[in-house]
Amino acid sequence: MNKPFATVLGASTSLSNKTGSWRTMCPNFANKLPPCNATCPAGENIQLWLSLAKEEQFHEAWKVMTQSNPFPAIMGRVCYYTCEKACNREQFDGAVNINLIEKSIGDIAIANHWKFENVSPNSGKKVLIVGAGPSGLSAAYFLKMLGHDVTIFENHIKPGGMMRYGIPRYRLSNSIINAEIKRIEDLGVQIICNKRVSNILNEIKGFDATYISIGACLATPVDLETKESPDIVNAIDLFKELEDGKNRPSYLEKKVIIYGGGNTAIDAARTALRLGAKNVKIIYRRGINNMPAHEVEIKEALTEGIEILCLRTINSINSDNILVDKMNYDEKLDVLSKSGETETIYADSVIFAIGQSVDISVLQEVKSIEISEKGTIKVDKNMMTGEKGIFAGGDAILGKRTVTNAIGHAKKAAKCIDAYLRGVEFVPNIKNKVINFKKLNTAYFPKDNRITVSRMPDLSFDERDVSYSDQKIIVESARCFSCGNCFHCDNCYAYCPDNAIIKHSDGSLEINYDYCKGCGMCAAECPCGAIEMISDDSKV
Amino acid sequence: MSSATLGNKSTGKATVQSDHNRPNTLTSGHRACQGCGEALGARCAVDAAYRATNGKIMVVNATGCLEVFSCAFPENSWGIPWLHSLFGNAPAVATGVAAALHRQNREDIRVIAQGGDGSTFDIGMGCLSGMFERNDDVLYICYDNQAYMNTGVQRSGATPPLARTATTLPHRSYLGNDPQTGKDIPKIAMAHGIPYVATASIANIPDLEEKVSKAINIRGSKYLHVHVPCPLGWGYPTSDTIKVARLAIQCGLFPLFEAENAKIVSSTIIDNLVPVQDYLILQKRFAHLFGKNGPSETVEVIQSIANANIEKYGLNGGIINE
Amino acid sequence: MLYQLEGSQSIAKAVALCRPGVICAYPITPQTHIVEGIGELVRSNELLNCEFINVESEMAALSVAIGSQATGVRSYTATSSQGLLYMLEAVYNVSGLELPIVMTLGNRAVGAPINIWNDHSDAMSARDSGWIMLFAETNQEALDLHIQAFKIAETIKCPVMVCVDGFILTHAYDQVDIPSQKEVDEFLPPYSPHISLSIDSPIAIGTMVSPEYFMEVRYLAHKRRIESLKIIEGIGDAFKQKFKRDSGGLVREYNIKNAETVVITMGSVAGTIKDLIDELNSIGEKIGLLSIISYRPFPTDAIVNSLKNTKRIIVLEKAFAVGIGGILFQEIELAFKQTDIEVFSVVAGLGGRNITKPMLKEYFLKKNIEEITFLGLKEDIITQEYKPIKLHGHEGGK
Repeated sequence: MNKPFATVLGASTSLSNKTGSWRTMCPNFANKLPPCNATCPAGENIQLWLSLAKEEQFHEAWKVMTQSNPFPAIMGRVCYYTCEKACNREQFDGAVNINLIEKSIGDIAIANHWKFENVSPNSGKKVLIVGAGPSGLSAAYFLKMLGHDVTIFENHIKPGGMMRYGIPRYRLSNSIINAEIKRIEDLGVQIICNKRVSNILNEIKGFDATYISIGACLATPVDLETKESPDIVNAIDLFKELEDGKNRPSYLEKKVIIYGGGNTAIDAARTALRLGAKNVKIIYRRGINNMPAHEVEIKEALTEGIEILCLRTINSINSDNILVDKMNYDEKLDVLSKSGETETIYADSVIFAIGQSVDISVLQEVKSIEISEKGTIKVDKNMMTGEKGIFAGGDAILGKRTVTNAIGHAKKAAKCIDAYLRGVEFVPNIKNKVINFKKLNTAYFPKDNRITVSRMPDLSFDERDVSYSDQKIIVESARCFSCGNCFHCDNCYAYCPDNAIIKHSDGSLEINYDYCKGCGMCAAECPCGAIEMISDDSKV
Repeated sequence: MSSATLGNKSTGKATVQSDHNRPNTLTSGHRACQGCGEALGARCAVDAAYRATNGKIMVVNATGCLEVFSCAFPENSWGIPWLHSLFGNAPAVATGVAAALHRQNREDIRVIAQGGDGSTFDIGMGCLSGMFERNDDVLYICYDNQAYMNTGVQRSGATPPLARTATTLPHRSYLGNDPQTGKDIPKIAMAHGIPYVATASIANIPDLEEKVSKAINIRGSKYLHVHVPCPLGWGYPTSDTIKVARLAIQCGLFPLFEAENAKIVSSTIIDNLVPVQDYLILQKRFAHLFGKNGPSETVEVIQSIANANIEKYGLNGGIINE
Repeated sequence: MLYQLEGSQSIAKAVALCRPGVICAYPITPQTHIVEGIGELVRSNELLNCEFINVESEMAALSVAIGSQATGVRSYTATSSQGLLYMLEAVYNVSGLELPIVMTLGNRAVGAPINIWNDHSDAMSARDSGWIMLFAETNQEALDLHIQAFKIAETIKCPVMVCVDGFILTHAYDQVDIPSQKEVDEFLPPYSPHISLSIDSPIAIGTMVSPEYFMEVRYLAHKRRIESLKIIEGIGDAFKQKFKRDSGGLVREYNIKNAETVVITMGSVAGTIKDLIDELNSIGEKIGLLSIISYRPFPTDAIVNSLKNTKRIIVLEKAFAVGIGGILFQEIELAFKQTDIEVFSVVAGLGGRNITKPMLKEYFLKKNIEEITFLGLKEDIITQEYKPIKLHGHEGGK
């Protein structure tokens, strides 16, 4: 066709007009850190495994979980899910039930006998771990995956540490603990139980590095006037007795007082109830809202009929009557003072759950290892103690004493130990910026309440079977906002008025800066805030 | 309104716009302003028609922003046969194209006429009405940005009450565009008894695509009214085009509905109703309605229009009272 | 074959013989009988394969033709007077888009005051639009020019307007020779568009052109129009050869060989003038006539060549530009500016005023004629009604 000059044009000739030159602001796919991941002490990439779970790729999801945590089934039961508190969806229609999804997938993994895969080639290095609690076992797992041989010495007769000896069975059954520990043993990790280490220096010969994860197994001593006391026991000793003892303790069958406000106190109270106690009271010095125990645990305890007596301290224990001081607590200033009022409470036995401390005797010969004022082992930013090659983590060092935290320590320590063994410096990953709720465009998310699974009250020691069906895992996982991480919704591609987003056949997206005018619609309509607008000259 | 994302896999309804092989009938390099709603609306609509006809479409374009930014020598952004004649005659030109295709026994090739609100409501109204009345086999698409943007934001018959334009400046007792003016073009289209009339928005592309796909293969005259915000003329940041379009739907000022043979057959229920203030306050053209002491009572005038729409079109899930 | 027909009917038949695929029109006197005639031919299946579309305005009429012609179908419309002005925007558009649409203009005065009778004011409003404008003298020529118009349009890629005096030709019964369909088909091949919308090879027609290129677009159009004078002439010759009739071409001479005075005019008034010339020649007056058939493009060379031996030119036209005078007159005066030939202007027949032989005879025999004459002007009314504008001292000037 002999086209007339200028008035008639062929198709799509405007591609020669590179409108990108108009731009002053520039979109950039900058995957941000979702708050769940940012707050997870173990650093789980929750958003990623939820995205796999919603596609019914449970095995893939489990593999992602276990990159940061070798105990999905256990953590799904005992983790206090800071992730859910941080979840941006909480500000919309309720947080994603991350914990229950993790448990459900963890259980699927056990049922299907999924194994850890892709172990690195053997490095020829040997690591000693002292303590087969969550931190020690996790460190063993991470180190083994990195190619190092690992041996664990454990004081108790069974491995598991606080998972086994600090958490009652109605929350976490032995079969789950055993299954998830066995998976680690199957990697070739050697666990030697019933081995008490009295002097670490005697043990570390032959090992290239050591990880001390001895936990905090000593009950904090109580300075109290006690005359002809009723049965007094430390919570931690009670649990150990329950786990390793031959008979159920009989001294808890009447009125029981628990002293303390943490999770251990609640666990002890509920355990006492299950052992036949007729009346269980918790005495705690601050208000109920100040209790360090997890709110769900408190709620469940109250449901089960446990009384919580707040703003009280035990003054003295005389036979079966306990003198209690009533307290005043100024929440703002965190000042606790006696009100002068007292009361007397009757009890047949008292369980102390006011804290645990580290048994540092194992390290006493090593002068270079410093101990903090709080009795914990001091470590540097690379988790190493004052003694070269000896690292520490878990409850034995300063920090929140949770299983998740213990795993997080192990993950970091394993990386540091690995760097140490390879003679390189440990370089932590640079964390992306955390994305908050305001940066999301929730117009694309229909309101959809989280799927709850009701727990029937039950005063047995059997673990209650609370789980999602496969279908519910998918639906609940799909509630994830995918904060800060592109989930291929294609909004940017579809909304760009300049066709300046390229979508490849595999679904991947790319910004075509030749034509992008920098309007910012892609960023504004990205549901999950994965696109940010930056000044054009700062574009790399 | 559906809150699905455009490549929504969970609903199983992927849009043409999310397809990596989408036609891009309006390609890159056009000269629309940053954040142009009309450029997006036109690509979505024509792409959907292209897909629904296996590429057998011809487009007639009225003069206006869309025409100027998409086809200025030597740069043509269209990948389909495209014809621009004048401001006021696009429907008639499209009638001619359809007549020629009928003559050539090529009625498998479908005809679209498109233009802005100026060419639709005002200067081209006569030709549009003629095309409807004859029931010529054309889909007419109006991209409504509620003023003459190409010439610098002057009032059109589509300019909403109280909006500021360059020719309805608020001044003393004047509060922008006079209330009680304007016309309801979809209703006028329906009054011709043509087989299909619908409204759509760039904030609901799945719905827009569905309506285009349906309309393009109906024989006779069809009218689609697409709401396309204009950052320049309305005075909001270029990034907010979809947000503004979405709020227009959510407040009830822009009802989404479909009509067949002069009768409304469905409307899209608003699942998250917002006050009109949420929509108005984002736009400088309504800034004079919001003083230091908050919104003036004139906002109520606009709210009552939205309320009437909600009632008439059953946007709250009620029955359609039209 | 010979028929006794109304002018509009013979035009309708001529158009039908050209096999247009789309015809659209909006009624306006005196064009109505043409489109009624074609409409009937379509409804009665005498004209097959044609879309006949009743539209809502002249703007739509020509716009529909734009759409159909741009889609590769031969298209036709017709209008008059106000209708042409109403579609004028589209008139310019068609030529800019180089669409070979053929349109009949039933020439009529332009209001206000509203007047349905013949003059050429309407055609003059479109004279700069870029269309080829052909003026018919008789009904036979009107018929013949339509057949040539399609061929010219499609050869030059340019729209053609055939101007036919309203009522005088459109409503007058006359004997016409209507060629057979076979003959017309041989003369006018099926339309083979040079540009057309196509899904196989998509193009965009009707771009915006910036100052950097606009002048070139216009200049190229001008150059092609000038060049097309040869083609109009050539097609006129081809028509003569095929149909044995002298219709078309650029200009038509009548007794100008020894004429000292030559009248130049357009359209049907030439017939009256020819009669008078015969009479005047017989009494020894050396006067002749040159009719312009192709008003646009303007055949300057053909006119100058025809009249090089003339002493005096009288331009008689049925239109004028208010505030300056004859329109054709100015164009002729410009063509002869290098010569000593005197050019006089006669404005006649406005709004359908009769142009009679006695009026013309009196004028042609005058010894001294004014540079501009309004033929048959009723001076008594002017004297009575004309009031000079009273100045109050501040309206400007000294």
